[in-house]
Amino acid sequence: MAELRLPKNSRVQKGKHHKTTGGNGNVATFKVYRWSPDDDENPRTDTYEVDLDNCGPMVLDALIKIKDEIDSTVTFRRSCREGICGSCAMNINGTNTLACTTSIKQFKGKEIAIYPLPHMEVIKDLVPDLTHFYAQYASIKPWMQTDSVPLPDKERLQSIEDREKLDGLYECILCACCQTSCPSYWWNGDRYLGPAVLLQSYRWLADSRDEYTGERLEDLEDPFKVYRCHTIMNCANTCPKGLNPGKAIGEIKKMIAQRHAL
Amino acid sequence: MSNSQRPLSPHLQVYKPQLTSTLSIMHRITGLFLSLGLLIFVIWLFQLASDHTKADAMLTFFKSGVGQVVFFIWIFAFAYHLCNGIRHLFWDVGKGYSIPVVYRSGYLVLISAIVLTLLVYFLSR
Repeated sequence: MAELRLPKNSRVQKGKHHKTTGGNGNVATFKVYRWSPDDDENPRTDTYEVDLDNCGPMVLDALIKIKDEIDSTVTFRRSCREGICGSCAMNINGTNTLACTTSIKQFKGKEIAIYPLPHMEVIKDLVPDLTHFYAQYASIKPWMQTDSVPLPDKERLQSIEDREKLDGLYECILCACCQTSCPSYWWNGDRYLGPAVLLQSYRWLADSRDEYTGERLEDLEDPFKVYRCHTIMNCANTCPKGLNPGKAIGEIKKMIAQRHAL
Repeated sequence: MSNSQRPLSPHLQVYKPQLTSTLSIMHRITGLFLSLGLLIFVIWLFQLASDHTKADAMLTFFKSGVGQVVFFIWIFAFAYHLCNGIRHLFWDVGKGYSIPVVYRSGYLVLISAIVLTLLVYFLSR
């Protein structure tokens, strides 16, 4: 159900301000969501001034600089720093994206607010608990399912046209940006699979080599798993890889409808 | 796994309002408003069939200033829900999902709904 307000223990308070020492005026302020499991305090937002003349161009560079030089307790996930691992997904100035591919410049003059992915349980600071998301991903059986046995000296071949059907699907890095941008997932995330998982589900439905299309569609047929998608389209609007989960869900709905028409 | 002490990260409080989500929640709200309006309309029909004076009182209300505002919102709710409903039909056949098209169709729905509302309001006076 839609709970519009945050629970009492989750309401964000004002935190500390960290001034920068160096810099000749080229300074940006980062407002960062903080919460630690080690005390009983509510979450707060700390602000950090960062000297941009001595900082890399991306928001992730600034976060690493803050952690290295200002406050080593700031906690976030990061790995590849080139938009392919999906670890540094977070909410930056109101939309979900990857910190490593988001330039600081575009927010010229403005304070940059950084929060964890929305409506998730927070483990610490910018690190959300993705356990449920991964479990939902596993539930759609994200691997090729077949009954037929391939020839021993050949792979399972696919025509160029069939391979093209996977474009816009296989590029997903499971960063959960779209998943946690979806209001429907906020209110019904326990039973609604959400845009990222459904895009992956469609990735296997669209694969000409997979032989379990019928079973997959049957698994999805449920009032919640697919049909909590109301085509809000926040998902496609926020995807840092430019993919379109909303369209993939539309295709799933069509496949289910067509299956019944047969 | 789940730890009840863990806070829930901010959602509506921080997520940027945008055309996609705004038009979607408007579809909900106008739908709700239309359902309430239908209820009032049916009550009015009952009054018309039983006690004519009550039905007249309702009419007098809708001719008053406040009544006209409610009436205007009612027409807009109808026009918007109709136009956005057609947008949903396009999505249902698998068309119009790309973000530029979503934005174009979104603005088109808003403009059409406003034009329709003004047309109906002034032609019905």
